[in-house]
Amino acid sequence: MMWGVLQFPGSCDERDALLACELAGGEARLVWHEEHGLDDIDAVVVPGGFSYGDYLRAGAIARFSPAMEAVAEFAAGGGPVLGICNGFQVLCEADLLPGALLLNESMRFVCRQVDLQVGRLDPPEGTQSSILPGETLSIPAKHGEGRYWAPEEMLDAIEANGQVAFRYAPGQNPNGSARDIAGVRNEAGNVLGLMPHPEHAVDAMTGSTDGLRIFDAVAGARV
Amino acid sequence: MPRALVLIRPKEGILDPQGKAVERALPALGFEGIEHVRVGRMVELEAEDPAQLTELCEKLLANPLIEDFEIESF
Repeated sequence: MMWGVLQFPGSCDERDALLACELAGGEARLVWHEEHGLDDIDAVVVPGGFSYGDYLRAGAIARFSPAMEAVAEFAAGGGPVLGICNGFQVLCEADLLPGALLLNESMRFVCRQVDLQVGRLDPPEGTQSSILPGETLSIPAKHGEGRYWAPEEMLDAIEANGQVAFRYAPGQNPNGSARDIAGVRNEAGNVLGLMPHPEHAVDAMTGSTDGLRIFDAVAGARV
Repeated sequence: MPRALVLIRPKEGILDPQGKAVERALPALGFEGIEHVRVGRMVELEAEDPAQLTELCEKLLANPLIEDFEIESF
């Protein structure tokens, strides 16, 4: 299995993501933002950071990069894609995921360990997930623009479709996200985005290895 | 080349923490009776063909899900 981790000018979590991919099993390589070929890639990670300086809006410029055009094709073909933090913002801007991420309600950058309740992460039929709905995962969050927002009718629809992958545990919503949503999937289930950072929760030395299980679930999410 | 201003603002009903923070700071500066502050942004540009600006706004300058925009051409 070969993971591809995108790298934009301003990305900053791509090296942790590479390590997480390798720990989850398989090889991993960086995919520079000007690269268009994903032929050797089995799963894509769009990592955290501040792509293109977050100019205009977080993720707004990155979505037009050659690498993101390739990711859109890859996702349309059923390839698994994981967007983390800025990567989640990029996937929303690219319309690969529903909704948008706005400035934290508190106006403050938050950096803390949060409990995530797994809403639905079961990959499509024929694949297996190691994470079950209702489980709680301990994952660090660090962001200034992580308030998930979508119009009410869109929120109703993604809940009805089982697209809410993660919610912040009660009382732990760090940013004012609508309905405590921390991460969502696309309708097909192969594209997943979340604000907290599973790539920073891969070694017991730093308190949690729950992040690895999210990488495992993504690896099995080809449709 | 024709100049244009694009005004982009958060959609009605979406919490704007920047506007709230500005609003909260005002009384300390002696400004009373100012409310509903909302912070957006303005983009200045020159366009050979202003007809393409709406599409430009929808695709890049604004996110139509969360923002409204207005184009003023000169």
